[in-house]
Amino acid sequence: MDRYITLPASKDELKDLRSGDYVYISGVIYTARDAAHKRMQEALDKGENLPIDIKDAFIYYMGPSPAREGRPIGSAGPTTAGRMDRYTPNLLNLGMGGMIGKGKRSPEVLEAIKANKSVYFATVGGAGALLSKCITSSEVVAYEDLGTEAIRRLTVKDLPAIVVIDREGNNLYEAATK
Amino acid sequence: MREIQVSQIIETVKEMCIEANHFLGEDMVGALNKAAETECSELGKKILHQLQDNLDIAGKDMIPICQDTGMAVFFVEVGQDAHVVGGDLTEAINEGVRRGYTEGYLRKSVISDPLLRVNTKDNTPAVIHYNIVPGDKIKFTFAPKGFGSENMSKIYMLKPADGVEGVKEAVLKAVSEAGPNACPPMVVGVGIGGTFEKAAILSKKALTRSVDEHSKLPHIKDLEEELLTKINNLGIGPAGLGGSTTAMAVNIETFATHIAGLPVAVNICCHVNRHSVREV
Repeated sequence: MDRYITLPASKDELKDLRSGDYVYISGVIYTARDAAHKRMQEALDKGENLPIDIKDAFIYYMGPSPAREGRPIGSAGPTTAGRMDRYTPNLLNLGMGGMIGKGKRSPEVLEAIKANKSVYFATVGGAGALLSKCITSSEVVAYEDLGTEAIRRLTVKDLPAIVVIDREGNNLYEAATK
Repeated sequence: MREIQVSQIIETVKEMCIEANHFLGEDMVGALNKAAETECSELGKKILHQLQDNLDIAGKDMIPICQDTGMAVFFVEVGQDAHVVGGDLTEAINEGVRRGYTEGYLRKSVISDPLLRVNTKDNTPAVIHYNIVPGDKIKFTFAPKGFGSENMSKIYMLKPADGVEGVKEAVLKAVSEAGPNACPPMVVGVGIGGTFEKAAILSKKALTRSVDEHSKLPHIKDLEEELLTKINNLGIGPAGLGGSTTAMAVNIETFATHIAGLPVAVNICCHVNRHSVREV
C-alpha cells in the first residue's frame, strides 16, 4: 500500500511498514557510501564518536553528481547496498533507523534488521534525475574531502521508495523470484 | 593522409560525454516504453513509469539520467589513412573526458589506483579500445559504464563439451546472481569465443549495438531471442521487485576461438545503457 512517512522517526512509529509498501519519504536523511562507511568504522574502532547522530537516522547509499547552479544537488539515485554489508550490522546495533539503497543484503544484515526492528528501503536505481527533484536541500556534514562520497544531510520531500526488507525480515527480492 | 586536429577530437569527446549522460538512444527509449506497456506487475509498471519520467526530467533539466555517470569507455576505430595532428590521440580523448565531466556537471567516479583509491577528480583516465580500420576517419563510440551493473558481470571459461546449453546456463546464472543489484530492466551483452580478454571486450561491444537489432548470424539471433525469454521468465522484474521485464535485450557477439575452449563473458548493463557515436 502507499504510505507517507517523515524521517527521522522512532522504530515504534515505523512499525507498520511492510515489505512491498510503496512509501513517500519526507524529512531528513543522510548519505554515506563505501568510503564514508569505511571511515565511520575506523572511527568506531578507535573509540571515537560518529560524525552524525546515528540514533534513528536513515542512511541513503548515494553519491550524487555535482549540482548545477540553483539546484541543491545533482542526480541522486541509489547505489548498490551490498557493498556496505560489512559495516551495516554494527550501525544497526548502534541504533540506526534503517537504510535506503538498492540491491541484495547479506544474511548478517537481514538478521540485524530483524534484531533491531529496522527497515531497508529501495529507491529505483537509475532514476537519479527524478529522485534529485525530491531533494530540497543538501549539506555536507562530514568527510568533505571524499567529494561525492562525503556524508550529506538531505532534506527530502516525497521521495518514492519501496520497503524491501521489513522489521520481521520479509524480503521482497526473495518473494519476487519465488 | 587526412589530417585531424586534436582540438576537434577534444571537443567531440566532450560533447559526447555530456550528451550520452543526459539523453538515451531512441532504441533504449523505445524499449523502455514498450516494457511499460507489457509489464505484468503493477509495482513493476510503476517503476517503469518512474524511469520514463526520469528520462524526461534528465533531458529537460539537464540532470544526468543516473548519478553514476560511469567510467568513460571508448571504442575507437582509427582509419589507417587518418593522421592526428597537434597532439596525442589518447591524451585528446582524456582531455575531452576531463572537460565533458567537469563542464557537464557529471560525477567523477574514477580513482587513480585500485588499492590506494584516490579520486582523480576529472574522471580520467578513460578505458579506450582501439581498432585500426580502412579509411581516413576516426569513429568514436562512447559508452559510459556505471558500476552497479559492471560489478555483476562475469566471465566463464567453459569447456567445448558444455556447448550451447552451457552458454545458456552461464548467462542465466550471471543474470540471476545480478538480480536487483544491476538495476533491471537490463541489457545483457554476451561475448562468446576468442580468448579470455577478447570475450570480455566482445561482451562490452555487444552492449553498444542497438537493442532493436539482432545478430546477423541466424543461430546467434535464435540464441538471443531464447535467452531474452528465459531471462524474463526469471521474475526478477523492474528494480528486482518482481515482474516480467528483467531484460530488454540480449546482444551477443562472437569470434573465432581455440579447439580447447569456449569463453563466455556476460557484461550486464542497467536500463541506462548509454552510448553516443561520432565520426571525425
